[in-house]
Amino acid sequence: MSAATTDTLQILLAAGPGPGVGPLHDLRDAGRAALAKTGLPGRKTEIWKYTRLKALDGVAWTGPDARPEIDGDWIDAQAGFRDAWRIVLVNGRFDAGLSRLTDLPSAARIAPLPEAAGAHGAVAAALGQLANAERFPMVALNAACLEDGVAIGVEERALLEKPIHVVSITAPGAQPVAAHPRLLIRIGAGAQATLLESHLHLGDGAPAFTNAVLEIIVGEGARLGHYRIHDGPENALFVATTAVSVAGGAQYDAFALNIGAGLARNESMYKLDGERAEIAVNGAYLGVGGAHIDNTTFIDHARPNCQSQETFNGVLSDHARGVFQGKILVRPDAQNTDGHQMHKALLLSGKAEVDAKPELEIYADDVRCGHGATIGALDADQLFYLRARGVDEQAARALLIEAFLLDTVERIQDLAVREAFAEALTGRLRALQSSLAHGEAA
Amino acid sequence: MALLEIRDLQAEVDGKEILKGINLTVEAGEVHAVMGPNGSGKSTLSYVLAGREGYEVTGGEVLYDGENLLDLEPEERACEGLFLAFQYPVEIPGVAGTTFLRHALNAKRKYHGEDEYDAMEFVKFVRAKAKSLNLSDDMLKRPVNVGFSGGEKKRNETLQMAVLEPRLAVLDETDSGLDIDALKVVADGVNALRAPDRAMVVITHYQRLLDYVVPDKVHVMANGRIVKSGDKSLALELEERGYAHLLDAAA
Repeated sequence: MSAATTDTLQILLAAGPGPGVGPLHDLRDAGRAALAKTGLPGRKTEIWKYTRLKALDGVAWTGPDARPEIDGDWIDAQAGFRDAWRIVLVNGRFDAGLSRLTDLPSAARIAPLPEAAGAHGAVAAALGQLANAERFPMVALNAACLEDGVAIGVEERALLEKPIHVVSITAPGAQPVAAHPRLLIRIGAGAQATLLESHLHLGDGAPAFTNAVLEIIVGEGARLGHYRIHDGPENALFVATTAVSVAGGAQYDAFALNIGAGLARNESMYKLDGERAEIAVNGAYLGVGGAHIDNTTFIDHARPNCQSQETFNGVLSDHARGVFQGKILVRPDAQNTDGHQMHKALLLSGKAEVDAKPELEIYADDVRCGHGATIGALDADQLFYLRARGVDEQAARALLIEAFLLDTVERIQDLAVREAFAEALTGRLRALQSSLAHGEAA
Repeated sequence: MALLEIRDLQAEVDGKEILKGINLTVEAGEVHAVMGPNGSGKSTLSYVLAGREGYEVTGGEVLYDGENLLDLEPEERACEGLFLAFQYPVEIPGVAGTTFLRHALNAKRKYHGEDEYDAMEFVKFVRAKAKSLNLSDDMLKRPVNVGFSGGEKKRNETLQMAVLEPRLAVLDETDSGLDIDALKVVADGVNALRAPDRAMVVITHYQRLLDYVVPDKVHVMANGRIVKSGDKSLALELEERGYAHLLDAAA
């Protein structure tokens, strides 16, 4: 670990609540202990090879205390989904005033993490189990700085008629802010729910660092739709580590949409932990300017007769950079596994770049697994076809870029979410149309 | 003035000369067939007219309604009323046929200073067009040409042509890959679009399309030139005797 990184770690820890305070202290101590061994991810951490956190260095990070005023109208406008139970986190802290949970049915329990961990042994026991601080330095950092967060529990066989929408806002005041949102979500056996995540940024200039950790337990035969949208300005760093376990017969449908201009890394681990579990984990990203967008996924087929399907499409212009690392592990037990992965990147500029690393590791013999990756420019035949029908080159390019990204959005199983994500994406594309037309910002 | 006048047109692809001096005049209201063996330059002619990149004109000129066609971008040619029905219509995953065609029609309307259609007006307009040609507009709900059979792709081209109402339609091997039923459907569509102010250039390898779309004139292309022109009986003669004797004569 370099001297700069060591200093950075000390600054980040100093911005946290300090060890030994409050009900989450065991977790914090464990996080600190793990970080003392590993430090922050650096050059030698293989899985962080393509994404460096150098932008963390040399910034006077502070804790969540200083924050600008936030009003509910702003959240409505930015996050949408007005007809949902809304959980608002500001700089990682649960904000009851901005949240909207009034008519939440008793089958769903939503509580601040310290309270839930104190009251329910199961919550305390589950925390940190799926997202392991010793293996993941960013999880360790989140744990070491943990003071708040939210626990969500859905009872067995409960059918929630509205989505639960987590709006996590990182809001630096005058000072740079480091936030460590933490969520624990437990979906009981046979229950059905939709979880939305909007990661937003509010501020005017100071750097923001978000280091979110989500642990999601999907019970037997349960169904969870889990859809994330992330946006943020150039000087925002966003890291989210998501660990999901899916029990037998359960279905998990996830989508991650990244349209932020700064650095974003979604690292997700999915464990298919019971027979006939099915997951679909898809995503789309759009990087302009100097954006750096990293999707790193690990799909762990631990049991027989499970299915996983993963499709990511990304568009990069200017000197934006994309990273896709997708590993599928099929354990010896996991016979009759069906696992498919595809990553496609469209490069609109000669300076845009993408690193794609698909990986299959198969120890069972009866499996159907495949992966593919394509990286290229816009298709010349398609462009000509559109132009030959009268559509000018700029509009033709915009149409093809939009189609390329919407092709994955179409996979979102929840219709309302699909439409909302498509709208967010097309809105952004329209705003960027003239710069995307030439692949480089004016 | 002729609608299309091609004078001594020469063009190359990847540095190889393909068109070696084409002369062709098409009047409004006429249907011309351009026939010829594979490699004679028929498709190159259609791409040069449509303005495809990589098809470099090295000599001659093309006048469209008296204006120099070759100065225009592909989209300007389309908006001016040139339509190329593709031999291999391109698949565009993620773009619904309606979206594609609405963009195309509105681009043309905008070019001519007309109001663009909104989604509702467009659907009404297309329905009426499709009905008049006995074509279904169901395929417009699907992504453009994705998973279409050969027949569906060519019907889609015909529907696009009907919607865009070109003044000059170039049909590049529209009959290739079609069974006889699909061929009839497409030919009926094409015939329904014949009009006094509209010309068509039908490029084909085989005579059979011309049983259904009867041309006013037939030209035989070989080795980058038009080697013989005549009326529709020339097509029948080719059917009987093949291209060989004409090629020998041209060589």
